[in-house]
Amino acid sequence: MQKLRRTMLYVPGNNPGMIRDAHIYGADSIMIDLEDSVSLYEKDAARLLVYQALKTFDFGGIEVLVRVNPLNTPYGRDDFEAIVRAQPTAIRLPKTETADDVIEADELITEIEQKIGMEHGTIKLFAAVESGKGALNAAQIAVASKRLIGIAIGAEDFVTDLKTTRSPEGIELLTARSLILFAARAAGIAAVDTVYSDVNNEEGFASEVKLIKQLGFDGKSIINPRQIEIVNRIYTPTEAEIKKSKRIIEASLEAEAKGSGVISLDGKMIDRPIVERARRILDLAEAAKINVE
Amino acid sequence: MIIQQVGMAGTLESSDITISIEPNGTKGIEIELKSTVENQFGNQIRKVILETLQGMGIEHAYVRANDKGALDCAIKARVMTAVSRVVDGDCRPWEAE
Repeated sequence: MQKLRRTMLYVPGNNPGMIRDAHIYGADSIMIDLEDSVSLYEKDAARLLVYQALKTFDFGGIEVLVRVNPLNTPYGRDDFEAIVRAQPTAIRLPKTETADDVIEADELITEIEQKIGMEHGTIKLFAAVESGKGALNAAQIAVASKRLIGIAIGAEDFVTDLKTTRSPEGIELLTARSLILFAARAAGIAAVDTVYSDVNNEEGFASEVKLIKQLGFDGKSIINPRQIEIVNRIYTPTEAEIKKSKRIIEASLEAEAKGSGVISLDGKMIDRPIVERARRILDLAEAAKINVE
Repeated sequence: MIIQQVGMAGTLESSDITISIEPNGTKGIEIELKSTVENQFGNQIRKVILETLQGMGIEHAYVRANDKGALDCAIKARVMTAVSRVVDGDCRPWEAE
């Protein structure tokens, strides 16, 4: 089963209580933040807190990412030095604009891994595109490093760069979302959508989640545990979809057992992409704790 | 390492601790602790503060700690931050561990 990333929950990096509790809400991944949610005066404190927390807490097997500060700031390099040693699943790179940004991060991680005797490639990368330039370069960014497991869009910086604002329909994000999604799919990595900041607008949030699910995104970055249930509900397949998917998978297994390359169900031929979609539906159902046996 | 200025770190949020580290001449390490869980965990909090300071090569310091239920890793991080703020910001505790 492919790693599901329906929800990636942001956690401010300078709050010990929130870091300790972040994994209990049921998000697929947690993303501890050293960047925008930490003031310039607290960067050192957050870095050390996250370093100690990652070395101490058992997050119950959940995927943990840490969003570091960009390498062209005074904080970026120290963030990498500390966080690689603390060994999260991945480091999330903010404001990624070119493939070189990813390569620079990859090389720095390699250097630190070597220095401390950590196996090469242990720490993965997740890139966030937050500008027009980044969106145009998404295809190169997505293939810039073997460490890259996903690519995300960060909308607040992106709309500022575009000299616009976010609308309920998200029309201003459509091109960037599509470019990032295509880039991720071409590279075989995850595509994760941006945060929805108005936590109290559940209807608006749900509508945006439906849109990004339909576009093909793996999931959404979220800022509040209350948003998890809404995303999971929208990403959970219907009973009919699950039943049909089970039959498709059974038919494909039957064809495989017979050594036949042709899969048929109810007199219709089933293509490979249909089988692949059926598998993903069953994965999503399992993630939603629905028994698919 | 000698403490010559006052360094502070931490917040008064629940699960956090504020640490103020001050010069203490040659009188060793003294800890003044206020904690919401003093009775159960006072000794453990003092131990973590002391061991973290010793691990960073600090022999003399006066520490004021105001604890709101911080776990050991948060206490350790806040002590390290307070010290790093006094020793010119070029302190990288992760390299020493």
